[in-house]
Amino acid sequence: MALLSFEKKYRVRGGTLLGGDLFDYWMGPFYVGFFGVTTAMFSSLGIALIFYGAALQGVWNPFLITINPPGVEYGLSLAPLKAGGLWQVITVCSLGAFISWALREVEICRKLGMGYHVPVAFGVAIFAYFALVVIRPVLLGAWAHAFPYGIFSHLDWVSTTGYEFGNFHYNPAHMIAITFFFTTTLALALHGSVILSASNPGHGEEMKTSSHEDTFFRDLIGYSIGPLGIHRLGLFLALSAAFFSVVCIVIAGPYWSQGWDQWWLPLWQLVDPGGAIPAPYAGPGM
Amino acid sequence: MAGYQNIFTQIQVIADPEDGVPLRSSSYGRSGQPFLSYWLGKIGSAQVGPVYLGGLGLTSLFFGFIAIEIIGLNMWASVGWDPIKFIVHLPWLSLNPPLPKYGLQIMPPLQEGGWWLITGFFLTASLLLWWLRTYRRARQLGLGTHVAWAFASAIWLYLVLGFIRPIMIGSWSEAVPFGIFPHLDWTNNFSLMHGNLFYNPFHCLSIAFLYGSALLFAMHGATILAVTRYGGDRELDQISDRGTASERAALFWRWTMGFNATMESIHRWAWWFAILTPLTGGIGILLTGTVVDQWRDWAVLHHYAFPDPYIAPSLPN
Repeated sequence: MALLSFEKKYRVRGGTLLGGDLFDYWMGPFYVGFFGVTTAMFSSLGIALIFYGAALQGVWNPFLITINPPGVEYGLSLAPLKAGGLWQVITVCSLGAFISWALREVEICRKLGMGYHVPVAFGVAIFAYFALVVIRPVLLGAWAHAFPYGIFSHLDWVSTTGYEFGNFHYNPAHMIAITFFFTTTLALALHGSVILSASNPGHGEEMKTSSHEDTFFRDLIGYSIGPLGIHRLGLFLALSAAFFSVVCIVIAGPYWSQGWDQWWLPLWQLVDPGGAIPAPYAGPGM
Repeated sequence: MAGYQNIFTQIQVIADPEDGVPLRSSSYGRSGQPFLSYWLGKIGSAQVGPVYLGGLGLTSLFFGFIAIEIIGLNMWASVGWDPIKFIVHLPWLSLNPPLPKYGLQIMPPLQEGGWWLITGFFLTASLLLWWLRTYRRARQLGLGTHVAWAFASAIWLYLVLGFIRPIMIGSWSEAVPFGIFPHLDWTNNFSLMHGNLFYNPFHCLSIAFLYGSALLFAMHGATILAVTRYGGDRELDQISDRGTASERAALFWRWTMGFNATMESIHRWAWWFAILTPLTGGIGILLTGTVVDQWRDWAVLHHYAFPDPYIAPSLPN
C-alpha cells in the first residue's frame, strides 16, 4: 500500500523489461515485477537449502553453520548433494537471485525515470561474487577453490588462502583495493559530515547552503569537488574498491603462486642485481 | 533518455572564481589566486583555491613536514645516502619503534627508536593541530562540527596503534613502524601473534563498517547521480524543500528493499558507518594482547568457532 504522502502518484504501470503487466504491482512497500518473482523463487530455494545443509551438519549456531564447496577430487564436475552439491545449487540460486534483483532495480529505475547507476553499481558487486565462486575456481580447475558459505568459515578460507602466498598484503592489487576501501570511507565521512554540518549547524544558526560546503573544503584543503562531483567520486571509489578486490584474488593462484613479497623482487634487483629482498619486519617477536 | 547518465559534466560554465562565504572573524584572510581547471571541471567543480592557511594550518603543516623529513632522512641514511637506492628501495625502508628492551623509555638512543618517538611526537602534534583546524574552519562559517568529530575517530585509531596500546602493554616496541612494506609486515605479525584477528569481534565490526561504507557510498552516489536530472545533487535544497528528486530517490529504495532513508538521514547513515570503522577498529586493537591474547582460542571458548578451522585446499601445481 502506498504510505508516503507522495507515493501514490508515482505508482504507475509500465517500464517493465519482461512480462508486460504481469506482476506489475506492489506488495506492501515492495515492487514485485517478473524479476521480483524470480528473486523470491531463487532466494527461498537457496535459503531452504542452507537450512537443509545446517540440518545435515547438525549445527544451528548461526556463527558455525557452513555450506562447503566440493572437495578437489570433484574438479569442475557436479558433486553429490551432501558432498558439495548443496554448495553448487546454492551458488546457482544466489547468482539467480542477485541478477534478478539487479534487473528488478532496472525496472524500478524505468518506472521512476531515473538513471541506471544503482543496478550498474550492484552489477559490479555481483561480478565480484561471480569472480570468487566461478571465474577463479574454473581457472584453478576445481570448485573446491571457492569459499564456503558461513560467517566464520569464510574467514578461515580467507586466512588459509591468504597464507598460501605468505603475506597477502604484498599483493599489489590487494594494496590498491585496500587503498580504495579506506579512501571511500574517508570520502564518505567527509561528505556525510559536511552535509550534516550544513543542515544541522547548531543552536541559533540558520541552515547553510552548498556555497558553505564548497567554502569549507576550499578553506581546509584548497579544493572542493562540489555537491555533484562528490557523488561521482564516491561511486568511482566504491566500485574501484570492488573491482581491484576481484583483480587481487583472481590473479592469486591462476597467475601467481609464490609468496607475494617475491612479486616485488624485480624492483629490488633494479639497483641490487642478484640480491634478495630483506627479511620482513620482525616486531617485538612471537 | 537512458543515454544520458551524467557521468561527466558536458557543458562547463566559465565565470569568475568565487571567493566563498565570508569568514566571521579571522586573524588571516584566504590565500592564493583561484583558477579554473578544465579536467577537474569534467567530474566536479572546476575551481581550485583559494585556501585558508592560518596559524593552526601552518603549524600543523610544519610539524607534519618535520615528521616526514625525519622518516625520509632515516630511510635515506639506511641506504648509505644513495639517492637511487632510496627511491627504488623506498617500499622496503623503515623507521622502526624502539626495541623491546627499552620498554616505555622516553629517550632511547636515536638509532634504536629515538627517532621513531620524535617522529611520533611531531606527527601527533600535526594531526591534533589539524583537528583544531577542522573545528575552527567549520565554526568560522557557522557550520556544525561533524567533520572534526569524524576526524577524531580516525585519530583515535592512530593513537591506539602508536600510543595507548603500547603504553598499556608497557613497551613502545608494540607500535607500528613507519614504512610501506614494514607496516604490512607488522599487520601480518599482529594477526599471527594473536591467533587470527578475524576472530576479534571488533575487527569483524570494523570490516563490516568498512565494506558497509563502500556499499553505502555506492548506493548513495549512484542514487544521487540517477536523479541529477531532477536536481538531486542539490542535497541541501532537497533537505529543506523536498523535490521530486528526493521523492524518486526515496521511492527507489522503498520499492527495492522495503525501506528508505531521506535526503538528510542518508548522510547520518554515511557518517555513522564511516565513523564506526576506525572507532570499532581501535577498540579491537586495544583489546588485543591486553584483554585477549589469542582470538581463535577465545572464539572456541565462546562458541563461535570450531576447534578445527576450515582449510582451503592448496593450489594446484
